[in-house]
Amino acid sequence: MSGSVREIWVYLAATPLLGLTLTLVAYLLGDWIYRRARQHPLLHPVLLAIAALVALLTVTGTPYQTYFEGAQFVHFLLGPATVALAVPLYFNFSKLRRLWLPLLGGLIAGSLTAALSAIGVAWSFGASAQTLISLAPKSVTAPVAMGIAEKLGGLPSLTAILVVSTGILGAVLGPWTLNRLRVRDEAIRGFAIGVASHGIGTARAFQESEQAGAFSGLAMGLNILATSLILPLLVRLLGLG
Amino acid sequence: MLPAITVLLLFQLIGEVIAQVLRLPIPGPVVGMGLLFAALAVPGVPAKRMREPAQQLLQHLSLLFVPAGVGVMLHFHRVAAEWLPIVAALVMSTMLTIVVAAVTTQWLARRLNRSGRGT
Repeated sequence: MSGSVREIWVYLAATPLLGLTLTLVAYLLGDWIYRRARQHPLLHPVLLAIAALVALLTVTGTPYQTYFEGAQFVHFLLGPATVALAVPLYFNFSKLRRLWLPLLGGLIAGSLTAALSAIGVAWSFGASAQTLISLAPKSVTAPVAMGIAEKLGGLPSLTAILVVSTGILGAVLGPWTLNRLRVRDEAIRGFAIGVASHGIGTARAFQESEQAGAFSGLAMGLNILATSLILPLLVRLLGLG
Repeated sequence: MLPAITVLLLFQLIGEVIAQVLRLPIPGPVVGMGLLFAALAVPGVPAKRMREPAQQLLQHLSLLFVPAGVGVMLHFHRVAAEWLPIVAALVMSTMLTIVVAAVTTQWLARRLNRSGRGT
């Protein structure tokens, strides 16, 4: 019995269908639990989905590459979704025009803080140089952060995990932190979350309002630019490269 | 829905080509985002028809990060060996970045307001 189940699994795992379906099912389940738990921060749907999938793949002995054959279709949508961020931004154009200079200041300060504080804290706790470089671009969206890490001598696939973890942390801690600081402007709230925690933070910001989401998406796009320019210099200055 | 998806893919494609040809340090989709923003601002472009489909796609933005996140299984060893620096750096740096970005933006916005610009 278990032998034939195993055969079916091996057959299905070889097609993209399984990885794709499992990803969607795991996410929808995670989202359902998250909502039933009244959006408890520790039950973030991405966190639950990743934990469930890693457990399933480990138990069945399925390699990550096999899973990704199917999951790449979801991964691919990151591109069109990034382009789509222009749409809510356009509908908040008047606010953007009013706020562009403060946002630029927030972007530069936030981008520098993200890289320097990650390197500084990890270094003081004794992380290896390769881990430090893999950590540095963590606030930038996954494909770009992986590219930056690779160029500077980090581990791209490690960076991918750190980026996703940062996104979840930003989504979980961001609104709470901003409430403590009494930041009420939707645009500034969204922007700060986007600078720190890219797309996953942006998804959270969209739950607050369309305006928060729009400015979070803007921050995510601009931080790609800022970090790609700042980080190579910073790594050289700190003597990590 | 289909025309909107085609528009998004088209702008991503144009963005990729421009990023490659000009060897920009920013990825194609982000260039595409900038171009689409500019295109929507052109008078006569039916921007409203993009609003609903874009919302649909962005509503589940965080789903798109799941495949990359599952890659954690490739790095169990390193994460286990260096979990303390990694967790400390991620938590502290993420919170600090949000604080610095929000406080700086808010401070600048108030200063510019007081000097009589905008509302």
